[in-house]
Amino acid sequence: MHPDSLSFIFLNAFLINNFVLALFLGICPFLGVSGKLSTAASMGVATAFVMLVSSLCAWGINALLQLLDLEFLRLICYIAVIASAVQLVEMILKKFAPAIFRSLGIFLPLITTNCAILGLALFQTFKEYNLLQSLIYSLGAGAGFVLAIVLMAGLREKLELADLPSVSRGAAMSLMLAGILSLSFMGFAGLGSGH
Amino acid sequence: MALPTADQTLTADTFLAGIWRENPVFVMLLGMCPVLAVTNTVQNSLAMGLATTFVLLASSGLVSLLRHLIPKPVRIAAYIIIIASFVTVVDYAIQAISLDLYNQLGAFIQLIVANCMILGRAESYASRHGFIQTQVNSLGMGLGFTLALLCLGGVRELLGAGSLLGYPLLGSSFEPWVVMLLPPGGFFVLGAWLLLFAWLRERRDQRAIAAATHSATAAHP
Repeated sequence: MHPDSLSFIFLNAFLINNFVLALFLGICPFLGVSGKLSTAASMGVATAFVMLVSSLCAWGINALLQLLDLEFLRLICYIAVIASAVQLVEMILKKFAPAIFRSLGIFLPLITTNCAILGLALFQTFKEYNLLQSLIYSLGAGAGFVLAIVLMAGLREKLELADLPSVSRGAAMSLMLAGILSLSFMGFAGLGSGH
Repeated sequence: MALPTADQTLTADTFLAGIWRENPVFVMLLGMCPVLAVTNTVQNSLAMGLATTFVLLASSGLVSLLRHLIPKPVRIAAYIIIIASFVTVVDYAIQAISLDLYNQLGAFIQLIVANCMILGRAESYASRHGFIQTQVNSLGMGLGFTLALLCLGGVRELLGAGSLLGYPLLGSSFEPWVVMLLPPGGFFVLGAWLLLFAWLRERRDQRAIAAATHSATAAHP
């Protein structure tokens, strides 16, 4: 596959360089909200939506800043856009799905400081993707985030029933699990590099 | 909000809290992304730790000075903009000092903006305390963060490449554990450190309980 082809961009963000398990972006919600499968899924979808919106806005802003030769303002503008996009999601959820809104709690405003979203905006800028490529890249990254957090939540729900020594309960065990997940995702490395 | 005056005093704990009792990485699990991503060598860990400490000191200092001027409803946005400005400074500074280092750390310098530890400090500490106290506390937190990065970086570089700071230590017969330098290694090493601390804590608690029951039986035989 050609590295600039749309299917490769999607696969790359989704599996090969999964944002959570290969690039270590968005670890806070990945560890914090993966206790229950249903909450994890809605968190994943909310994050994916913010990714989509902020990626499109970031593309527009970057084009504008390049036109005005003000690239040093890029970071400040991106984070402001992301904060507004999170606010938007918060208002939509509060109006149409109050149950999900309550179950996400403090983690919803914290999407602002989810580095996966800022990372996505920065990476697409570094890679000089056009609008369509950015769109596909953000879809892949969002799908990858949902996949990772749902897998993790499924594993942790099973772990609730396991008989663990009290020392290893909590964050330490979650990190070990994440390590094993990450190890298995390394199997995707090299996918798409053959012709 | 009126605060009790006792809260404004400067004690050794203001500084030490961040290094051990409230260590941002090992105890509060904040700012995990750079902790895992850039700690494959000691050098990267040190650079990341110092960059984060600088941003933390500068931004929490400014937040503390402006704490009576920033209106409550827009405070988070204001904090984020302040942090982003200082991160831009660090980003350009590292680029000027060492392009090599800049390329190794990649986007993670700019991603200091999204480090929840810094925003957390601004919101929960700097916005309620005076300038000097905030600086002391932030310095402790920053050093605690750097220390944690070095703990991870040291183990990962030693096991993954058999060296520390680029100097080979374990000899040529040592077969490097390449997995330690790869993403899974970050998760495993941090998990192992957390296990160690949980074990130490549990042992200490058990000793305290044993001592308490012993003194209780001694008093009432």
